[in-house]
Amino acid sequence: MRHLLTTESLTRAEIEELLDLADEFTDVLGREIPKVPALRGLTVGTLFFEPSTRTRLSFERAAKALSADVMSFSPSTSSLSKGESLKDTVLTLQAMGCDLMVVRHKATGAPWRVAEWTDCPVVNGGDGAHQHPTQALLDSLTVRRHFGKLDGLHIAIVGDIRHSRVARSDLFAMSTLGARVTMVAPPTLLPLDIDDWPCDVSFELDDVLGGMDVVYLLRIQAERGGATVFPSLPEYVQRFGMTRARFDRLSPEAVVMHPGPMNRGVEIAPEVADHPRSLVLDQVRAGVAVRMAVLFRLGQAVRTEVPS
Amino acid sequence: MTAEILLKGGSVLTPHGVLETDVLVGDKVLAVGEGLVADHVIDASGCWIGPGLVDLHVHLREPGQEWKEDVGSGSAAAAAGGFTAILAMPNTEPAIDSGHLARFVADRGVTTGLVQVVPVGALTLGREGAQLSHLDDLWAAGVRVFSDDGDSVADAGLLRSAMEYLAHRGGVVAQHAEDPGLARGGHMHEGAVSSRLGMRALPAVAEEVVVARDLALVKLTGCRYHVQHVSTRGTVELVRAAKAEGLAVTAEVAPHHLTFTDERVLSMDPDYKMYPPLRTGADVDALRSALEDGTIDAVATDHAPHAAAEGEVPFEEAPRGVIGLETAVAAVMMAVELDQSTFFDRLSIAPARIAGLTEQGLPVEVGSPANLVVIDPGMEWTAGPFVSRSQNSPWKGQQMRGRAIATIHAGRLTHEVVAV
Repeated sequence: MRHLLTTESLTRAEIEELLDLADEFTDVLGREIPKVPALRGLTVGTLFFEPSTRTRLSFERAAKALSADVMSFSPSTSSLSKGESLKDTVLTLQAMGCDLMVVRHKATGAPWRVAEWTDCPVVNGGDGAHQHPTQALLDSLTVRRHFGKLDGLHIAIVGDIRHSRVARSDLFAMSTLGARVTMVAPPTLLPLDIDDWPCDVSFELDDVLGGMDVVYLLRIQAERGGATVFPSLPEYVQRFGMTRARFDRLSPEAVVMHPGPMNRGVEIAPEVADHPRSLVLDQVRAGVAVRMAVLFRLGQAVRTEVPS
Repeated sequence: MTAEILLKGGSVLTPHGVLETDVLVGDKVLAVGEGLVADHVIDASGCWIGPGLVDLHVHLREPGQEWKEDVGSGSAAAAAGGFTAILAMPNTEPAIDSGHLARFVADRGVTTGLVQVVPVGALTLGREGAQLSHLDDLWAAGVRVFSDDGDSVADAGLLRSAMEYLAHRGGVVAQHAEDPGLARGGHMHEGAVSSRLGMRALPAVAEEVVVARDLALVKLTGCRYHVQHVSTRGTVELVRAAKAEGLAVTAEVAPHHLTFTDERVLSMDPDYKMYPPLRTGADVDALRSALEDGTIDAVATDHAPHAAAEGEVPFEEAPRGVIGLETAVAAVMMAVELDQSTFFDRLSIAPARIAGLTEQGLPVEVGSPANLVVIDPGMEWTAGPFVSRSQNSPWKGQQMRGRAIATIHAGRLTHEVVAV
């Protein structure tokens, strides 16, 4: 694996190797000195062309726990505002000594283009509504830790699936790991022509609620046009919100998840978000370990290329 | 006085059909037959000889974006592709919305002298879709085809006014059909591929609802109407039905829409980004059949140059369009099997008729204009680097079959492939 760009092409063995590695790094993060020298001397660049707090911090925390140095790039302080092309930005960072790049961009496919232009391994930190593979890995890790496996679990992904890179990434990772996934949304928030996707589809949350082991809630992506294709937020909450009443109708072992940032009172009721069977903060914790695993795995290749 | 050129041993498209003969060219076609001599002889054995190609849809970028292309470089690219006349779209900076601007573009064409450059006039002032452009002024400058290409004229009332104003003169309203509400800033065709990529997308109906609406206005006004770059099966059906009804409707298709599907966008390569976007296999099949049976009258390249640096960005942020003048002959030949007469009809005779060009698109006979092309339908070659100032082509580096080996414009040899 040279880059991590999408979960669509990952095999079960590749995913499980990364999750096993993440389990080991979880132990590292629990130590008194939560740091290993695995990537000492390497520089991880975080190129976040789209605003993000949690994902960037999570990657930077992961890089530092592996003793890598971090170069941070954000568009507001960069020459992007001066009209520099993405390619020139990337080549400039590489010339400064960046060894690994984490790229987030609002445009689909941007990390693929970066991977064409640079010699560095590239991690997709989220591209448009397309893919966000480390989110899928951390979600899979969270579920695996809670249930011991994904095989046979039934997972509902609920909400603005059309505009969600998390839904696309999670679907392919979780189905590869043996889970059955049902996408739940009104028609205008579901992608079109998804007959060949490995999932079921439902237009009514209440129809499928009882059979779920995991209910994964998504935010309405107003910035990608998600808020203009259904009548109103109250109506959305009425049909698709994880209210307390719906939570009480879940099986007693079922859990809820959310990639954050949450809109409390919209897709998830505050008391559900804070319930012991909400894994939201477990997801955040798993994120650091998973990103350590990914950076370590891709960083090893850089290590073997560079003579010591 | 132009030097005489002898085209020797080709299949010549004449008013009496295709004949195996030689053609002597000077200021006009001087002679057709055997035993002719000239200082400059072009071996046309195995080649098709016919009227120079006419492209109804070219972006020359002058004035305003000369780093992408200008009338000079675009004319040279056209000649290299076998063209002797090209229609220059008005989405320049400023837009060609008045007579002096149209004259500027045409004059630059004359000065360059490689092809006839025919300006298309904007339908609305500044292409802003708010009020009519200086239609009379443009008409006086020789403009006969009008379009806001790049954008649809969304306001049906405004379009109706343009049609009513131009109808009695025989002016052509050409439409880039794309409903902005349905297009919603999409970057590719809406379907299984866009869903997988999570990319905002333009549905086929974004094109079809505009064509359907416009056809109703054609019925109302009697204006000549031309559908630019037809991309969907549904539009083909609308055009077919309108023609059956006897409406004055014509249509063009771009070589890339005859060749590629939206699957290409999976590569994220901006050389597959165009408006209308690449559609599905079913659309490609429908377009090919429609070109063969004449429902679509003409091939037009939508040659849209962009500088290399402009493509060094993610697909969604890349500018729209690809170049096509130099690959059109091969692309059409590789996509559809047309006999020589049909090929010249779709790439020369029909487009010349649509644009009202009297010196173009005429079968070869003594006295016919010295605007000619020699095409080797079997020639294998590798596309690129291109004569155009820009290189944004989806065929770049690909093996092609079929090529213009010589182009003659106004008696002047403007392009010749010299045998290696």
